[in-house]
Amino acid sequence: MRIISAIKIRDAVNDLCLRANLFLKEDILAALKAAYLNEANKKAKDILQAIIKNALIAKREKLAICQDTGLPCVFVEIGENVKISGDLKKAINKGVELGYKKGFFRNSVIKDPLSRGKPGYQPAIIHIDIVKGNKIKLTVLPKGFGCENKVQLRMFKPTASIVEIKKFIVQTIKDAGPDACPPYVVGVGIGGTADYACFLAKKALLKNIVHSSGFIVHRLERELLKEINKLNIGPMGLGGKTTALAVNIETYPTHIAGLPVCVNISCHALRSASEII
Amino acid sequence: MLNTKLKVGDKIFFSGTIYTARDQAHKRLAEAIKKGRRFPIDLKGAIIYYCGPTKTPKGKIIGSCGPTTSSRMDEFTPILLKAGVAGMIGKGSRSQEVIRAIKKYKAVYFLTHAGCGALLSKYVKKVKPVAYKDLGPEAIYQLEVKDFPLIVGIDARGNSIYKEASTKIK
Repeated sequence: MRIISAIKIRDAVNDLCLRANLFLKEDILAALKAAYLNEANKKAKDILQAIIKNALIAKREKLAICQDTGLPCVFVEIGENVKISGDLKKAINKGVELGYKKGFFRNSVIKDPLSRGKPGYQPAIIHIDIVKGNKIKLTVLPKGFGCENKVQLRMFKPTASIVEIKKFIVQTIKDAGPDACPPYVVGVGIGGTADYACFLAKKALLKNIVHSSGFIVHRLERELLKEINKLNIGPMGLGGKTTALAVNIETYPTHIAGLPVCVNISCHALRSASEII
Repeated sequence: MLNTKLKVGDKIFFSGTIYTARDQAHKRLAEAIKKGRRFPIDLKGAIIYYCGPTKTPKGKIIGSCGPTTSSRMDEFTPILLKAGVAGMIGKGSRSQEVIRAIKKYKAVYFLTHAGCGALLSKYVKKVKPVAYKDLGPEAIYQLEVKDFPLIVGIDARGNSIYKEASTKIK
């Protein structure tokens, strides 16, 4: 048994919140630069340039990439040979609060969805998984709500064709239109139960956008990206070839009677950071 | 009024006063107007910015301060326009009702760089909280901006930039 203190986890979460919100991920930045070169449309080019400049200013001046520093989602993978000394969830929430305060990020979390009340920094949305080994992997994904509001879930029939599924995914992007800060990264969860498909769609956003996946999924990702980029929504919705930077799909076994599909959209400021303790 | 000269798609750099207001501030303003109560800012000729900034880091004027999704404000916008609001700044599409109200009151809807809060903070020269301070980031702040980059999204004639962009799809 390896003992890891909750304080260590708190401090790691604190750092990850800062890293995620201040430094745009390299893969996203590279994709934005490639999109800038690929666009012919002057408006689209100007907007992509502003997005790239924004990331540079954020990094240089330690300013949040986006004022919507999101609802912090924390993914925890705990090795089965790890014992945590202290309260894990408390440590994570404390780490979030410390990091957000230190970064002067926005207090966007309200305690009650109906009575609302004064905004604060926590609780985070915490996903915990037990894996092999004696380490802990922590990932922080600050999820902005302009794009979270555009999530869609559909329970397809098990006999549904790939064409129908693709149509639903592309339609979800069309419905989001210019509202959720395109160019998007599209996370798709296919399989499991309704709730699990939603989890997978969110998890798909954690993958590096240059990744390898199984042959069928990879082809589907490529085809979807091509179709989505024909929508001419473009950066800021003003037209252009770059409506999405990437499509990431996660799949999981499901029931003979169903085929859940969830689409989670991320704005161009897809932020996440990971650390292994 | 300058509004009628602006055409959809025009890119301008605005210098002057704007007021932040998002969901909860809109709800309160609209309620105050409906009930004939006094409200905390002079809406006549005002430009509303759909924005809830981060906290202000030490040594800065303001934190990250980009636009939030405008369509969430749609149900309140016609009431505010009737009360004299001259313009709005945000991101994304608006409802048909909002477009009609913009035309009726000769207002204008601007877009600014979505998801670029760090960049946009550079154009803000002064910040003052003026109302609903209990709402935290959703309070109304008075911002003095210089050369704030805007694109006309819907002009006073009711032309929308997104309708133009989307017709190209077909």
